[in-house]
Amino acid sequence: MLWLLSRALGAAAVLFGLGAMSVWLTHNVETYYYLVLIQCGIAATLAVSLNLINGITGQFSIGHAGFYAVGAYVGAAWTMLWRPIFAKELPWLEIGSLPGDVANLIIALALGSLAAAITGLIVGTPSLRLRGDYLAILTLGFGEVIRVTLLNIDAVGGARGLAGIPTLASTGDLAAFWVFGLLIAVSLLTRNLMQSTRGLTWLAVREDEVASDAMGVDTTRVKVTAFVVGSTFAGASGVLYAHFFTGISQDIFGMDVSIMITTMVVLAGTGSVTGAIIAGFALTAMPEALRFLKDFKEYRMVVFSLALIIMMLTRPQGILGHAEVGFGSFVRLYQRLRLGVRRSAR
Amino acid sequence: MSELLVTRAVSRYFGGLAAVSNLNLTVRSGELVGLIGPNGAGKTTVFNLLTGVYTPTSGDVMFEGKRVNGLRPYKMARIGIARTFQNIRLFRALTVLQNVQVAAALRARQGFWSAVLRTPRQVHDDAAIRAQCMELLDRLDLAPYADTRADALAYGVQRRLEIARALATHPSLLLLDEPAAGLNPNEKSELMSLVERLRDEFSLTVLLIEHDMRVVMGICERIYVLDYGEIIAEGAPDAIAEDPKVIAAYLGTEEA
Repeated sequence: MLWLLSRALGAAAVLFGLGAMSVWLTHNVETYYYLVLIQCGIAATLAVSLNLINGITGQFSIGHAGFYAVGAYVGAAWTMLWRPIFAKELPWLEIGSLPGDVANLIIALALGSLAAAITGLIVGTPSLRLRGDYLAILTLGFGEVIRVTLLNIDAVGGARGLAGIPTLASTGDLAAFWVFGLLIAVSLLTRNLMQSTRGLTWLAVREDEVASDAMGVDTTRVKVTAFVVGSTFAGASGVLYAHFFTGISQDIFGMDVSIMITTMVVLAGTGSVTGAIIAGFALTAMPEALRFLKDFKEYRMVVFSLALIIMMLTRPQGILGHAEVGFGSFVRLYQRLRLGVRRSAR
Repeated sequence: MSELLVTRAVSRYFGGLAAVSNLNLTVRSGELVGLIGPNGAGKTTVFNLLTGVYTPTSGDVMFEGKRVNGLRPYKMARIGIARTFQNIRLFRALTVLQNVQVAAALRARQGFWSAVLRTPRQVHDDAAIRAQCMELLDRLDLAPYADTRADALAYGVQRRLEIARALATHPSLLLLDEPAAGLNPNEKSELMSLVERLRDEFSLTVLLIEHDMRVVMGICERIYVLDYGEIIAEGAPDAIAEDPKVIAAYLGTEEA
């Protein structure tokens, strides 16, 4: 059980560091940049979670915003609608203090991701018999079904959505802690899985489904697991979004969001976790960075699409292809540069 | 020798077309059996019936005395029937070692969560699988390519990797679908000795489809000839080569 202890200590150290960073960021960074950073973190989490489905298992899902929405609405529903009912009996569910906020956020996260996981299972099981274009169309349609369903549920505000969701985790001091904690969790999960033999069977499904089936891989199970795990993390990101931006409505979970997440995964180089994180940050920060084009606001999205087209033409395999960026790649880059310097000196 | 694989009156129809009809095969443990026939005779359909890709329309497939028709392909692999593909189907973007590891994964006891948490037992288990796979690669002279991407291999090496990957599932019955297709005469001879050697070393039973008569006649102990989905002859290579029905199927008959 020593490994469990060392893991727990490592996790505690990382969490403490994240918490400290989060508090520092809140007090030293302008709110605008802080919010962009949080948005980047959420986008990167969505991209890494979709990467499990599209990049690693090779399915083509373009309805990820649907699971994101389910998480956001269920999480917000807990805090705004269900929590007050339980709080009458259980005083520790009161919000406003750190322990109460953390407890509520954890409950919201659990419910939101569970709801998204169940939705993923319900959608995934029948639809994963489909492949390629057919699966893409089905997931796209499903994302819209979720959005339109939310539009028509009066309890969650219908077209108005839910506004004034209490900011949990003590007025957002810990927003970065939760968002980046979740991003680290999903990235580590993917990395560990990919280093195991079990994870290789996921890649095998992407490479050749017929052959993996013939080699004893239960392909349906792999695909459904990928779908459920991916949806779970999308749901959790939704819960965080709802609580840090304090307002949600169905139109922010539309098809464009799904397509944006898919674009991130494709840009990343399907299968690469670090690529998905970079793409998540880049595609979220880019429209913000282009805000200086004040008088030419309408050209903002043009620059954005141009960047995508150039990318497709020059690097169709994505930013990183199948590769990952790690500490080792910097060491190699340094060595190559030094070697180059030495050669040119001669 | 015990009967490893028996098919009893197996038929498979696609619409009104009988791709395979009334197929009765018996393969005993340790045998090296060939399945030949002209193009379109239904050989690959037979393989697909034996590996669960198709379910027989009627009849039974018995493996180790148990009825196995209708099992999904991955379950067939788990009970000990492995195959290679006529048109090579490797995991192209994975390395040679990873290709073999995927097939060995069916013996891994780890689940999703232990893989994600990297428990010591799982890390140990993975290392053991990797070691087994390296040993297997070594026995097929593939070890030097362990870290090469599968699609970067020469054609003949890819064929060998297909066999290695099938062996990694630890099968008792190995089905080879045209293993010599596209190989040069030299590689064909190597393949023949490889198949014979593997059968002895891994105590395998082999059923192979092949077009190359030199390969079939050279290594098979018994041959089934399939034409229009039906077995038209069965016997030792010499007898098959002289069977008038076989000659007719391949060359046609003279009109009287």
